[in-house]
Formats: sequence, C-alpha cells, structure tokens
Amino acid sequence: MNLYRKRRLINGLNLTLSMVAMAFGLFWLGWILWTLIDRGLSSISLDVFTKMTPAPGSNGGLLNAMAGSIAMTLAGVAIGTPVGVLAGTYLAEYGQKGWLAPATRFINDILLSAPSIVIGLFVYEVYVASTHHFSGWAGAFALALIVIPVVVRTTENMLKLVPNGLREAAAALGAPQWKVIVLVTLRASKAGIITGILLALSRISGETAPLLFTALNNSFWNANMNAPMANLPVVIFQFAMSPYDDWHKLAWAGALLITFGVLGLNILTRFVFRSKTTLH
Amino acid sequence: MEALKTLKPKIEVRNLNFYYGKYHALRSINLTMPEKKVTAFIGPSGCGKSTLLRTMNCMYALYPNQKAVGEILIDEENILDGKRDLNSLRAKIGMVFQKPTPFPMSIYDNIAFGVKLHEKLGRGDMDDRVEWALKKAALWDEVKDKLKQSGNSLSGGQQQRLCIARGIAVKPEVLLLDEPASALDPISTARIEELITELKEDYTIVIVTHNMQQAARVSDFTAYLYLGELIEFGETTSIFTTPKQKATEDYITGRFG
Repeated sequence: MNLYRKRRLINGLNLTLSMVAMAFGLFWLGWILWTLIDRGLSSISLDVFTKMTPAPGSNGGLLNAMAGSIAMTLAGVAIGTPVGVLAGTYLAEYGQKGWLAPATRFINDILLSAPSIVIGLFVYEVYVASTHHFSGWAGAFALALIVIPVVVRTTENMLKLVPNGLREAAAALGAPQWKVIVLVTLRASKAGIITGILLALSRISGETAPLLFTALNNSFWNANMNAPMANLPVVIFQFAMSPYDDWHKLAWAGALLITFGVLGLNILTRFVFRSKTTLH
Repeated sequence: MEALKTLKPKIEVRNLNFYYGKYHALRSINLTMPEKKVTAFIGPSGCGKSTLLRTMNCMYALYPNQKAVGEILIDEENILDGKRDLNSLRAKIGMVFQKPTPFPMSIYDNIAFGVKLHEKLGRGDMDDRVEWALKKAALWDEVKDKLKQSGNSLSGGQQQRLCIARGIAVKPEVLLLDEPASALDPISTARIEELITELKEDYTIVIVTHNMQQAARVSDFTAYLYLGELIEFGETTSIFTTPKQKATEDYITGRFG
C-alpha cells in the first residue's frame, strides 16, 4: 500500500505542476486577449471598415490597410503554396537517394527558422533596391518566402504518413509514379496539407518586419500591387509608436482585427481538419 | 511431380537470387508454376516467400537498394531483363497485399482506378466492368447500393475483397496474393478462400500464407522455403502427406517454425 500511496503522491505532484504551468500560460494569453478586446472593441466603428488611414487629428479608418493586408497575404500564399507543395512532394516521394533531398531539407529547416526581418531585408535588397520603389508585390514575395518552408515541411510530413502499402498497391496496378502521387498519395494527405497552408496563412497575416522593408505603407487607397501598399501590421506599428490618441485607437482596432482574423482561421483549420478526417 | 510436367507452365523462376542491399535474401531459386492453378508458398517468417512473390511483378524496383539477379519467365518472356515496361507488366499481374489498401476514393473509383490506367472505356462500359469485378470478388451484393461511398467505410474483409476486385478489374492473367487473409476474421477468410478456388478457373494464382491449413485447402502446388532457399516443391497433396525432405515434414507437422 505504501508503493500505491507514493505513486498517487507523485501523480498528484505532476498534475499540480502541469496545471500551474497551464494556468501561467493561459493567464498571459487571457490578459493579452482581454486588453485587446477592452481597448480594441471601443475603437471599432463603421469608419474603421469604410475609411482610409487618416492624418493625425482627422477622422479615418483602416480600409486601405485591410485591403492591402488581404491582397498581399493571399498573393503570398498563392505564390508560396505551389512551390511548397511541389518541393514537399519531391522530398517525400522522389528524394530516396542522392544528396539533393537531404540538402534541400536542411536548407528548408534553416529557412523555417530564419527571422522574418532577415527575409524582409533580403527582398529589399534583391527586389526593392533594384526596382527603386516599395511595392505590394515585394511584400507578397517576402510573405511567400515565409509560406514556402512551412508548406514544404507539412507536405513532406503528411505524405510520409501515407502508408507505403498504398503506394505499392497503386504501382501494382500498373500506375506510373506521377499518377500514384497525384491520384493516391496527395489525395490521401489532402486534409493535412490544407491545414498546413491555412496555418502558414495565419502565420503571415501578422508579420510586420518583412512588409516594413518591402510594401512599406500607403495612406491612400491603392489597388496597384506595383506601388507601396498599406497593411495592418505596419499601420499598427506606426500608429502605436505615434504620440496621437486617435492613431493609438486605430492601432488597437487593427490589432484586434488581426488577432480575431487569425483566431477565426485557426478555428476554421480545426474544423476542416476534423470533418475531413472523420470522412475516412 | 508427374502432374507438373504435363501442365502448361505460366511462370518459371530460374536461378533467382535476391538482395536487400548486401543481404542475400533468396538463393538460387528454381520453380515452375503451372497455368490456372494455385501455387502456395509456405515457410517460417523471414524465409523469403513474400520476397519471391514480389519479384514476380517487379515490386522491388520501387526501392533503390533492392536487386534481383536471374530470370523469371512469364509466358516464356524474361521480366527481369529490364527491357519491359513495368506498368504494362503489372497490368498483366495483379497483386493483393496482406493489409487491405483501399484508395482514398469511392468504392466505384477504387475499381475504376486501375482500369482507367490501361483502357479507355465509356461510362456504360466502365459501369459494367465495375459490376463484373465486384461480382467476381463476391462483393457486389454488399456494396451495390453504396458505390459512391468511400472505400474506407467498408469492413476489413470487405476492403480486402475490394482490393481483389480492383486487381481483377484490370483483367490480369496472374494474381499474386501476399497473405491475403492474415488480417481477417475466420468468416472473411473462408470467403476469400472460396473466392480463390473460383478464381483459379481463369487465373494463375500464387499465394503466400502463414497458415498451413490454408495452403492445404486452397492450393494445387506448394513450395516450402527456408532461409532463402527452396527446400521442396510439389503437388500439395504429396507435400502434406509424403514430404520428401525431413525439414518440410518438421515444418508442416509443427515440430518447427
């Protein structure tokens, strides 16, 4: 009985420590969310969604920044996803021998953990500096460079989860390798790959540093991806650092919008993933 | 062995050696499998029976470090010389694996998948082919009302019959079965065994099995392998009643293995 009590004691201790750690994490997260809602919600009005970013002291909103953020995020995902899925497929399906796949995997891991400011500087150097102007495309490319390693990694991992028996079964019917991959293995890991893409999307929707050097900002409505483009993270950065109260309020509103946008995406991701996996 | 000489050979294995990297898995195998008969490979785990089966449709070619040396003649044509298109070879030689492997698509598409690779059929012809294959595999009555459902929604035994139907739908001449019933319950196993007996009317069947009673029930010829070597090969009845080798007798009577 002594042993049993000892085990219960250790179990209780472990449980308590885990709960304390969880409470510690949740406390800060809750505080952040609460502050955001408290400050942000009072700043949200119809103007935020209908007007452009204002000069200090005048009335305005975040419409151009929201539109810019959405355009560049979607463009970033649209550029990064095909590259990432194809490279991930290469690593999982073709990279059985030779040095190319391990080298690619290693470089991808470095890119995955590269600070986003470095990526911003890189695109500034190779794109902005050579075209002599900031632009929405430069921002989209910088975001795509963040998307690629995430999608490469998830695609490879998801494809590796597909049992080899499925590949063999398709090959045994006389399917060439590309058909095995397109019709069977990619299809089997579709839900996981889509989740990876959505996670990459929510990751880049809050990135500030890569946009600061590439898309910069724009106080006016701009639908031209070749010109400097407003975006929520950089607007928040500028407005929050300013001494003006009305700009502070807009920064809080923007922060709230991004947070709830990302939160919504994550919930959607889980929903998609769950409904897809229960299907088969 | 007398009966073997009078039958038309379908698959002839000549001096076959197989390597996993440096490991020598099959040693100088010589074996002839007659047309439209069931040949069973028995032997303890790791003896090379699955390896031998997987050389017959060049499955090993998917893996860079596996190598087969020797000859396997199917209809007197060597398939190991590297000159044949493996995809059309595999259309001629169907394979069913130990674990059911339905593709992530509907029951109908599972069957149509292989057919589409080799033939261009119209909608109606494809429907007929799917029905024919499912009937052949004794699955039609159970799935005819849910062809659009995912193949994964079926039970294990049904999934395995789906895989057999998928193999048959391509209209192969040879069926390779790699322990097709080892993951199934006794009732599903009995259905698969009945099916094998029906299918040998049209196909040359090679089956790997751990279950000696199964080999005795379904096969016409049996090969006993041990440590990568073919110990004995002959008519199933004589292998099981009067084995010539002491090692074979020890294995089938359960004294070893």
